[in-house]
Amino acid sequence: MSETKYWTWHMAAGVVILFLLGLHMTIMHVGSIAHMFAPFGGEAISKANSLFRDGHLLFTVTYILLLAVALYHGLYGLRTILFELTLKPAAEKAITFVLLILGLGLLGLGTWGALAAHAIAKVGIRG
Amino acid sequence: MSENSKTTRPINFHVARYNPERDRDPYVQIYTIPVRAGMTVLDGLHYIKENLDASLAWRYSCRMGVCGSCGMLLNGHPTLACNTQILHIATTDLTVGPLPNFEIIRDLVPDLLTMFEKHRSLKPYIVRTNEAEINDPQGEFYQSPAELERYLQFSYCIKCGCCMAACPTLATDARYLGPMPMAAAQRYNVDTRDDGRRDRNAQTGSAHGAFRCHYAGECSRVCPKGVDPAKAIQHLKRQLVLDYLHLARRRKPCQKLHGPGPAKPLPNIPAAPAKTV
Repeated sequence: MSETKYWTWHMAAGVVILFLLGLHMTIMHVGSIAHMFAPFGGEAISKANSLFRDGHLLFTVTYILLLAVALYHGLYGLRTILFELTLKPAAEKAITFVLLILGLGLLGLGTWGALAAHAIAKVGIRG
Repeated sequence: MSENSKTTRPINFHVARYNPERDRDPYVQIYTIPVRAGMTVLDGLHYIKENLDASLAWRYSCRMGVCGSCGMLLNGHPTLACNTQILHIATTDLTVGPLPNFEIIRDLVPDLLTMFEKHRSLKPYIVRTNEAEINDPQGEFYQSPAELERYLQFSYCIKCGCCMAACPTLATDARYLGPMPMAAAQRYNVDTRDDGRRDRNAQTGSAHGAFRCHYAGECSRVCPKGVDPAKAIQHLKRQLVLDYLHLARRRKPCQKLHGPGPAKPLPNIPAAPAKTV
């Protein structure tokens, strides 16, 4: 039954990724709407516009959320592929453990990066 | 008999042979047999055994697509040898092999034990939780035609193993439950008389259960009885998720069918005479 739990969250993560990637595409490529997220004009990925978004807590939370769901969705998918190789139960447990540690490590690193960018952007806005 | 049925055509049977006591790997032996219109592959194998090679082994019983014993790989497709006519699938050559995704006992005989162990693990029978009722049944259960329709097609499964042989997931993951056992689980899960769904969920929701299905749909395509195991597995997935999220609709307990009770005599009809014996 535990797989049902993992699968349900895998599906839910897919829906969240769809929404957040839609938001990302909108900001990056739909200028008429995205100017509210890129107020300094020019490219949405310019330094000034990026710092503007990084300075908003909403975006920082969004980045961390996207990272979390993408990591879960991707690593669960990888685990599924590996499990289809008819592994021994001990190997399956080891894979689950390694992927969990890898996922948490990357989430921690990404979260630190997003928070650091937020702090730098805040300083930039003030200074 | 029509004139056409008397004419014969030579067909080369490329039969996979394997004797684990003697052979290191399976090999192919070719037999040429005269085929009449209407001859089934099973008839062809009988011809080989009676006239060409008595050592050929395969499994069969009913000869009419009911028992599910003669599942084989014919021209690369898992199907029953007894209800496949040779001239419908071959003009000059026909390959005959054992069902893939199973160990080979000998020649065309697959070892179906793994399939039946998985099948048994899913409790393919009606589970009742009421002990008193099990020990002292008080009547028949009522089931409407609509309730019957929900599982009827899955009960047509004859356990031939063709779906298991066609499953691409089972080809790589030997521990995957497979289409036949999970179609059986769905058959009992949706039966209104059954209380065993939660027990089966532990198996069907495991790491090698319903969620490993890629929905290739080959199991449904090859089923000689028209069962749709791929659909059963998708229903299982849906039910598992709904059960996990506690969103599954509560099913009404199955109603008992009561007998007609004591007869009420119509007016103006005299009472029966008293019993004399």
